[in-house]
Amino acid sequence: MKAKAQAHLWLAQRASAAVLGLCVLVHLATMIYAVRGGLSAADILGRTSGNAAWFAFYTVFVLAIAVHAPIGLRAILVEWAGWRGRSRDIALACFSVYLVYFGMRAVTAVFR
Amino acid sequence: MRVSVWRGGAGGAFQRFEVPRQPSQTVLDVVTYIQRVLDPTLAYRFACRVGMCGSCAMTVNGKARWTCRTHVDLVLKEKEELSIGPLRNLPVIRDLVTDMREFFDKWARAKGYFEGARTRHDDFAKVSPEGEARKQVDAAIECIGCGVCYASCDVVAWNPDYLGPAALNRAWTLVKDEREKGNAARLEAVAGDAGCHACHTHMSCTERCPKHISPTAGIAGLKRATLFS
Repeated sequence: MKAKAQAHLWLAQRASAAVLGLCVLVHLATMIYAVRGGLSAADILGRTSGNAAWFAFYTVFVLAIAVHAPIGLRAILVEWAGWRGRSRDIALACFSVYLVYFGMRAVTAVFR
Repeated sequence: MRVSVWRGGAGGAFQRFEVPRQPSQTVLDVVTYIQRVLDPTLAYRFACRVGMCGSCAMTVNGKARWTCRTHVDLVLKEKEELSIGPLRNLPVIRDLVTDMREFFDKWARAKGYFEGARTRHDDFAKVSPEGEARKQVDAAIECIGCGVCYASCDVVAWNPDYLGPAALNRAWTLVKDEREKGNAARLEAVAGDAGCHACHTHMSCTERCPKHISPTAGIAGLKRATLFS
């Protein structure tokens, strides 16, 4: 892979980590608040359904994961399994699509 | 004092020796005593004995160090006995001697050599010692190629293609050298899975470098440089 592409992967991982840091904080704080307040699943769905702000937030969350996780796995696969080259990158691109698909499926399920 | 010394190649084992303690004794003194008095077949490498040449680095009680500048007193504070082995992450030739070819070949692969634009007909380049770039070069330039950082690096152990801290540190000093003209090719050579982007920032190299250089900082600089080149 070309140096520029490698540098972009590195930047993408750092930038997505920054986004994830914020998203995880908001996500955890919301979960703890919701549980302490004694909200039921139906109550939670009642608040997320049709809420564009929550939809946008979790869409960003899912996309950041889909960027961050495969790049991290890329290094792990080289160091722990010795898997490198194009086949690894194609597998990781598929994994990224998998994360987007199932992540967005969950996001749309609570938005509907 | 009880000393365990690695004998043989990769499949070797530690051999025990009893060595008398001396005041101001260094680990290199211990190895030399063993070779001169107890077992003349012991193979090890050294030259200057004063921390200038970088050839006597070994694994002493689990850590890569210069044996000539490591006092036995200091190591025995950590543990009652001494264990001396060859540097890690390099093939063992015999006993305490490693094959450093790959280590130096990686310097070449990282384009760790100066390529200037001037000829003998040009005037000297004037480089201000106060310049920001030159200060960064100065902080990293004193490497003597002992291999301590390379032996301490986990990423080298996991990914044998990884260029390693010393080669990348050398590349960094050239990237910041304003007389250098080969940096486009150099940044191409040091980027990627085997280069600066493989570094996990564990900082073992920085912690262990006997010259107090921070290859980690240089590698971070290379990551930024590949982005903006």
